[in-house]
Amino acid sequence: MNFISVRNHQTIPLSGIPMLDYDSFLELNVFNLIREKGAHCVNYFGFRLDGLIRLVCCIANDESHSIQVSSSAVPRMALPSFSKHNLVFEKFEREIHENFGIAYTDHPWLKPVRFPFNRFDPGSRIADYPFFKVDSEELHEVGVGPIHAGIIEPGHFRFICNGEQIVHLEIQLGYQHRGVESLFLEKNKLLQRCTLAENIAGDSVVGHSLAFAHLWESLCKHQTGDHLKMARTIALELERIAIHTGDLSAMCTDVAYQLGSAVFGRLRTPVINFFQKWCGNRLAKGLIRPGKSHFPFTRDLAIGLMDFLDEYENDFEDISKELFSLPSALARFEKTGVLTTGQALAIGTVGLSARMSGVSRDIRASHPHDAYEALDHQPVLKTHGDVYARARLRKKEINQSINHIRHLIKILAAPEVYDQNPLKPAPDSFCVSLVEGWRGEICHCAITDGKGELIHYKIKDPSFHNWLGLALAVRNNEISDFPIANKSFDLSYCGHDL
Amino acid sequence: MLDNLKILIHQGRQYIPDVTRAIVPGIFRGRPVISEVDVKEKELAELCPTNAISLNPLSIDLGKCTFCGECAFAFPDKISFTTDYMLATNDRNRLIVKSGQEHPIKLDPVLVRKEIHGYFGSSLKLRQVSAGGDNSCELELNACGNVNFDMGRFGIEFVASPRHADGLVITGPITANMASPLQICYDAIPEPKIIILAGTDAISGGIFEGSPALDRSFISKYNIDLYVPGNPIHPLTFINGVLDLIKKQET
Ligand code: SF4
Repeated sequence: MNFISVRNHQTIPLSGIPMLDYDSFLELNVFNLIREKGAHCVNYFGFRLDGLIRLVCCIANDESHSIQVSSSAVPRMALPSFSKHNLVFEKFEREIHENFGIAYTDHPWLKPVRFPFNRFDPGSRIADYPFFKVDSEELHEVGVGPIHAGIIEPGHFRFICNGEQIVHLEIQLGYQHRGVESLFLEKNKLLQRCTLAENIAGDSVVGHSLAFAHLWESLCKHQTGDHLKMARTIALELERIAIHTGDLSAMCTDVAYQLGSAVFGRLRTPVINFFQKWCGNRLAKGLIRPGKSHFPFTRDLAIGLMDFLDEYENDFEDISKELFSLPSALARFEKTGVLTTGQALAIGTVGLSARMSGVSRDIRASHPHDAYEALDHQPVLKTHGDVYARARLRKKEINQSINHIRHLIKILAAPEVYDQNPLKPAPDSFCVSLVEGWRGEICHCAITDGKGELIHYKIKDPSFHNWLGLALAVRNNEISDFPIANKSFDLSYCGHDL
Repeated sequence: MLDNLKILIHQGRQYIPDVTRAIVPGIFRGRPVISEVDVKEKELAELCPTNAISLNPLSIDLGKCTFCGECAFAFPDKISFTTDYMLATNDRNRLIVKSGQEHPIKLDPVLVRKEIHGYFGSSLKLRQVSAGGDNSCELELNACGNVNFDMGRFGIEFVASPRHADGLVITGPITANMASPLQICYDAIPEPKIIILAGTDAISGGIFEGSPALDRSFISKYNIDLYVPGNPIHPLTFINGVLDLIKKQET
């Protein structure tokens, strides 16, 4: 077999990735690796090297806890697609098409992904996105966005409806494209790159900056100590508690349960205020830095957090009990926005959007980083795939995060001192880094040249796959149920558009 | 029902009674103070990720600063951050904090358009547009209306339709892909209208400054009524800035 098996954030020489001709590359990934039990594609991307387009495919295997990396180099030409055989590749190939002009001969829908500034066809315009159309006397279209009612990021939703019922939804993104991946190469100070990682998605600051930190430390062969690992794990779980709590509040708002909305909303405040106490920023910007930390997780902080969690838990249990026994809320949650297990597997959803449909995907368990190895993390699973499942999963995950944090505080290691020597990445190397953010798996990949400079940086937010999950989940729902379905997925626009 | 009431009573009073005097918990990085101590200034300026630090005299541009605090870690004798969250102003130059400057940042009353207090003094409806925002300023703008900060008590609210709005709050560095929707939204707001830039990304592009994926031409076309620095903005910075903008100006 022509691939190399790596562990999560393990740096290997670029030359260690086997090069295959395109047909064998397709055969290997589509008919072998992705078909294995526990396999899912964490990244598949291209970059320009020596006049060719070098394709790199990373298939994670949750059973063997490894990532199988293979590659191929092709000129710009028409190629048979992976997606014809397996839809989990559909968006990756659309991206490769959009960026490099590779025309796939048998891709089911070769549409633009985000209209990046460096797209292959600069003439294509975001205003001319080719929406799916149905010629019918009975069906009508509803267009929503890019600007939505409320304080929320932009994206366009195009519904095809039969009366009040959604027949089809197509989601067009790209409005938030800031050129993040290119900026990772251009802004070459480490602090600039940390700042970029923190600003990929402001609701997943810890998740994305941790993916970057792991990757950078690995490229620089830097070892972190146990205290830092534990502190980082606590931060990641706190971020999960904060956003899950906020999402439960927003879901209450969408079903007009005022008390739930207010109480969950105010319960989120002290969580993010804790980040401010810890690192001076309510969303944890500045907290995670490769190879060091300015903000050790002190005993005082630990005691404060323990006390706060006790308080939080009481109020949280009270209001959760109310919410989950309230017939008017349950009537809106249950059987709304269902994504079946089959659909979730077919399109490769990850994280919360997979676990609510019974698909056990959780990097904390399958490719553990930081303190998760010792935590014996067991993913929470739900099977119904509806809004209710997503609400319950959040509730259970909050309980689980609280337990993880309590346990970590009990066994907290003493803080280490880090020297401030600048880290230098290894030359001609490749690294793939996975972190389980609150939405799901975050993947960062980097490739360096002979001098150790970045020549390619690739980011995949969990939203990349999961947006299609939302589009499928609302089919045959009333259009009035779209807001609650959308909120229950709570996907990222900026994380997708980069 | 009874349980609901119990929860309601148990929650008690959650709002901050006086938003102009509230103390932020912990180690919030607000307005920086730059001392007159001699340091290797060039080295200091170079470490900043967003070129917010200039020399002669040494100054920090809060319109560019991400409040990462790294300059204060590297040169603790030279730079320190206070917890003063009153950072908003209507004069771009006032965002530049110079060495030795201790005074708080305020609005320039002369620059506040006359009609603002009359029209919006007791009711201001805002339309928010995220143009490449990373959802952090958006989260904090949402928090302005929650039960803790309760901005609605001042008659300041976010509305869905630009037709119902008195002004625009922009977050994000303004992507090329959002340039046209932003313009359409602005044009749909009836006159008189105000523009608020919320967050470092909106004010200067922040860490995205110089990216070819941006189109910031909108900013240079119009008068900006309020700059609210932060990465993300703190709700108290935003609320106090807006309150200062719509109050009766003493000139
Ligand atoms: S706190 Fe502001 S001025 Fe200081 S280094 Fe960070 S971005 Fe630059």
